[in-house]
Amino acid sequence: MNVGVVSFPGSNCDADARFAASLDGSTVHALWHKDTSVPAGLDLIILPGGFSYGDYLRTGAIARFSPIMHEVVAHAKRGGLVLGICNGFQILTEAGLLPGALIRNASLSFVCKTVHLKVENTTSAFTSAVTKGAVLGIPVAHGDGRYTATDDVLDRLEGENQIVYRYCDSQGHVTEAANPNGSLRNIAGILNAGGNVMGLMPHPERASDAILGSADGLTVFASMAQYVGSHSVEALA
Amino acid sequence: MKTYTAHITVSLRKAILDVQGKTVEQALHSLHMPALGNVRIGKHIEMDVQAPDPDRALELVNDACKKLLANPVMEDYHVRLEEAHTNGVRS
Repeated sequence: MNVGVVSFPGSNCDADARFAASLDGSTVHALWHKDTSVPAGLDLIILPGGFSYGDYLRTGAIARFSPIMHEVVAHAKRGGLVLGICNGFQILTEAGLLPGALIRNASLSFVCKTVHLKVENTTSAFTSAVTKGAVLGIPVAHGDGRYTATDDVLDRLEGENQIVYRYCDSQGHVTEAANPNGSLRNIAGILNAGGNVMGLMPHPERASDAILGSADGLTVFASMAQYVGSHSVEALA
Repeated sequence: MKTYTAHITVSLRKAILDVQGKTVEQALHSLHMPALGNVRIGKHIEMDVQAPDPDRALELVNDACKKLLANPVMEDYHVRLEEAHTNGVRS
């Protein structure tokens, strides 16, 4: 794959995202928030985790007006893959590329631990490499991860199979006790209507090698590589 | 052109559980103030606005709220406008 990883002022998972994306031999470009163009032929743009602009005002509220976001929106509009991890997810909702919003955890505490994720959609560009029914172990680290949206938006997400991951216990049961932040309907990650933009609060790049405790995050990268392999770059240009 | 001061209050929409407000409410109750309830916690933003008249000033502030200061998915906002004081005299 040809991957771009954006660094905003306050991003702190950009290096990890570049590392994880490069493991399968992909070419990875570091993109800067002030960039007004991106390298030609990018398959995927990653908005990494962190605390862009100090989370001032709201998480992602200021980053979404960065010059690079014009390129991110244009890339998404022409069908290119966009992956927003944690703060990247928050930026995507602020930018209107994904519905809903992420607000303060119900516990009011920062949560940093490995959680279990039920993969609800195993046919998406981001999850096709996952076996149906699999439970993944991937870390979360956030203070504002409670996904919220109106009931009709939640119903539409459910109806259109746009809910990708839900917090669950080790057996795959979606329970309130397994929900680390009070997200509505235990939502941990969602897709846009086009299926080419995904945001998730857990950090797949932090689960990219068994030595880190889990390599389950690699399923995201393997799925995207499969998808890119079956969709020609020319079609996106 | 006149200078106005805008006082903007941004708070979570009523339908969204305000956990911070809830926690403060419980603390108030534990301080034996049961008469206080429905605590909502938001943000207060103050700014100067240069505009020919209050209508235009309000328009500018509303635009700022919609674009940046509040996220309509989760927040409501309220604006109060006053003419700024100059040398202690209302202009």
